[in-house]
Amino acid sequence: MAGLTLSNVTKTFGDFDAVKDVSIDVRDGEFLAVLGPSGCGKTTLLRLVAGFERVSAGQIRIGGETVSDAGGSVPPEKRRVGIVFQNYALWPHMTVAENVGYSLKVAKVDKAEARRKVDEALALVDLTGLADRRPANLSGGQRQRVALARCLVAAPSLVLFDEPLANLDVHLRASMEDEFAAFHKRTGTTIVYITHDQSEAMALADRIAVMDHGRLAQLATPRELYSEPANEMVASFIAQGIVLPAEVLSAEEGGKARVEVMGQQVTVRCRPGDGPRANASICVRTPDLEIAGEGEPGIEGTVTRAVYKGGALRIDFAPAADPDRVISFEHPGHTGFEEGARLRLRIVSGWLIPGNGPEDGQHA
Amino acid sequence: MSAPVKESRGQEMALTVAVAVVIVLLSLLPMLRLIKEIVAPGGTISDTAIRLGLASPATWTATVNTLVVGFGGTVLAVVLGTFVALLVTLTDIRGRSTLVLAYVMPLMIAPQVTALAWLQLFGPASPFLKMIGMAPPLGSRNPLYSTEGIILLLGVQYGPLVFLLVRAGLRKLPRELIEAARSGGAGWFTVLRTIVLPLMTPSIVAAAALAFVSCVGNFGIPAFLGIPANYLVLPTLIYQKLAGGGPAVLGEAAFLSVLIGVIAMAGILGQEVMSRRRDYRISSTSLPADPYELGKWRLPVEIGMWLFIVLILVLPLFGLLLTSLVPGYGIPLGWATATLDNYRFVLFEHAAARRSFFNSFALSIAAAAFAVLVAVPVGYLVAWGRHKWIRYVNLSIELPYALPGVVLAIAALLMFLRPIPFTGIQLYNTVWIILYAYLARFLVLALRPTVSGYHQIDRALEEAAQVAGAGLFTRLRTIVFPLVAPAALAGGLLIFMTALSELTVSALLWSSGSETIGVVMFSFEQGGDSSYAAAMSAITVSITFVLMLATNLLAPYLPNGVLPWRD
Repeated sequence: MAGLTLSNVTKTFGDFDAVKDVSIDVRDGEFLAVLGPSGCGKTTLLRLVAGFERVSAGQIRIGGETVSDAGGSVPPEKRRVGIVFQNYALWPHMTVAENVGYSLKVAKVDKAEARRKVDEALALVDLTGLADRRPANLSGGQRQRVALARCLVAAPSLVLFDEPLANLDVHLRASMEDEFAAFHKRTGTTIVYITHDQSEAMALADRIAVMDHGRLAQLATPRELYSEPANEMVASFIAQGIVLPAEVLSAEEGGKARVEVMGQQVTVRCRPGDGPRANASICVRTPDLEIAGEGEPGIEGTVTRAVYKGGALRIDFAPAADPDRVISFEHPGHTGFEEGARLRLRIVSGWLIPGNGPEDGQHA
Repeated sequence: MSAPVKESRGQEMALTVAVAVVIVLLSLLPMLRLIKEIVAPGGTISDTAIRLGLASPATWTATVNTLVVGFGGTVLAVVLGTFVALLVTLTDIRGRSTLVLAYVMPLMIAPQVTALAWLQLFGPASPFLKMIGMAPPLGSRNPLYSTEGIILLLGVQYGPLVFLLVRAGLRKLPRELIEAARSGGAGWFTVLRTIVLPLMTPSIVAAAALAFVSCVGNFGIPAFLGIPANYLVLPTLIYQKLAGGGPAVLGEAAFLSVLIGVIAMAGILGQEVMSRRRDYRISSTSLPADPYELGKWRLPVEIGMWLFIVLILVLPLFGLLLTSLVPGYGIPLGWATATLDNYRFVLFEHAAARRSFFNSFALSIAAAAFAVLVAVPVGYLVAWGRHKWIRYVNLSIELPYALPGVVLAIAALLMFLRPIPFTGIQLYNTVWIILYAYLARFLVLALRPTVSGYHQIDRALEEAAQVAGAGLFTRLRTIVFPLVAPAALAGGLLIFMTALSELTVSALLWSSGSETIGVVMFSFEQGGDSSYAAAMSAITVSITFVLMLATNLLAPYLPNGVLPWRD
């Protein structure tokens, strides 16, 4: 087991920056999810760590040892990094046992010893008895577990998961999620888990690195990402947060500040030391919104669409002051809001998105 | 039934019937006729033909020889083709598309031209060896007149065939399978040995079967290299028998040709058995693997590769060119002695040679045009048809090409030896019997690209025309034909190139007045006039090469893999 350190890693294809100046420190035994929309550079990041791509600039260290920098690159076969691929990548011409024992055979481990380790690994993923099957005769979940056992048996310093659940159906996905969590708990392996599915990342990871256009948008715990997004991209990407323009009126005091949003004054949470500024923005989510009663202050506007989502209504609300900035939120219940109904919306709370911090370069 | 329904059914019926007639005439009839000759010569069932054939020692010698050069050529072709495919596909070697073009070129050159070129390169009269002062004394034996020589040339000729199939397989290998092995600690050679080659087994086995069928059916190379050494394989044995005995020995020839057919089929069956033994199915699709970086070996490997190309392509063709410029046997070539007389002679003076150019051009154009026109409707049924028997349509069109050319030639002879019943039309001893054999044999070369063309077209395009009220024939003419035309035309060009210097079929079917380029070339070489043969070869090779480059212009409109020489 070992930690993983990326320092200012950049990967350029032609004149396109697939990964740009990314620095991440993954602690020994940590479960890190790398989350982002497709094309954000997360797969390139994984291939850089595995050694299939070379860095254009920066440095990658595994367990304190430099494996990639601009000067050179340790080949993948010498990195002791295990990978679980999205399409499992099981070799069709080998049995389950041969697949799992491949790295031992390559390392010329004694046969009896190898057999024992393979059995152990198969037992760990609950596949005892399937050793002589062919991958073609396994279900999707079983294949995934063979892939897990295969990277486990080599006792890698680091395991990389490349969207391992993307090919599975919804039910299997939930049970495999539990299995990955158990796997991490049992083995204590350092894991880097690439995904575009935030609920998966939230459920599994100690910390999540959100990537956007090749850059690291934020690296934080799931809770922090949700409640204290570092920039507008993260705010709107995670759980579809609503980002609204605001003006900061007061300096931070006890983690809160006064802001004005669409003519309404609200107290929102903020970073220590934040202070008065114009052109700020806040992130609000459904629990931060209330429908204002008679005579209460609020943002005037119209319901443009109300869709029943089972147990709740999804309401699109166009503020009168800025009708193009549609606010979508969920409201419990299933009646009472027709298209075209007038409404006053009150912001109860929210998060003041920090100003141009170091992690917020491009979203100024 | 209402009139419109009748009309639409009628057109579909007409198409199906037309296709069926073509298949029966070009594939089933000749094969059945051949089998009848073996089982029931003269109308009554008898095993005389088989017993006579098996009793002849010449049959056994030729069979053994066929198997020896068949296996030898196959092994060499598989080793060469696989090696080049691995190198070109999996490493970061430069100039890849030029390499592919150069390596696949021998496949587009007629085998007898390859044979002639190599003979001219290594023979005692070799102008090239004379130039560099290494020629053996005149009268000494050419080392290529031997079993090893035949195996070597078969390997060179069909290595590209293996290359194309293995390369196609390698390109479909998902990179994750390689990467999983590498991150499991395997270096490149281990990955090659334990992952890549095992997974390529189906491609390699299929390629080997194809190479085997081509090697045992090849006529040009054993004819040029084996006949002078009296080393006969089955196709050359058949040729000699027919050349000596005429139609009287047709029964015996039919037996021998079925024997080749059986050997070829055994090769194909062997492939089936081999590839069923294990599950090699690759289910996922992905990007191909990143090329292996050769590092400091890159330049030496590239130089080695190009030396190899020089050896198997450039030098033989250069030897051929030099020989075609020599004024007479054994005369050293220099600026003073070089002459274009040989070209003038074959193009303008020698009557049979002149005729052969006209015949071969006419035959090739006719065969290509016919195949393009037939491939479009047949391809329509094969690619888009929903009938269960479609598979067999495809199979029966493949058969005359899959089986060695000798088999088809003998079948054609048997069919047309006597005038066609009821009409009295005589095809035997005319150019038409050759045309018939070409149509049957080469149709599949246009059908394959056309079918892959169909697979790339969205069927909705045709359905939209149908909704707009167009009947089947209107749709075929106005929508389907324009869409698949490039693929069908490319197939037509392949046919033209293959038929232009074809020898195997025409060597058995020609008659005075209906000589083909291949036949005249062969008789020049047999008569010792290598310079004339070389001049004719040089002309056909240049035509082939120009056509290959011209066909490249069609490439943007073609499905992948239609032009074998294009990467």
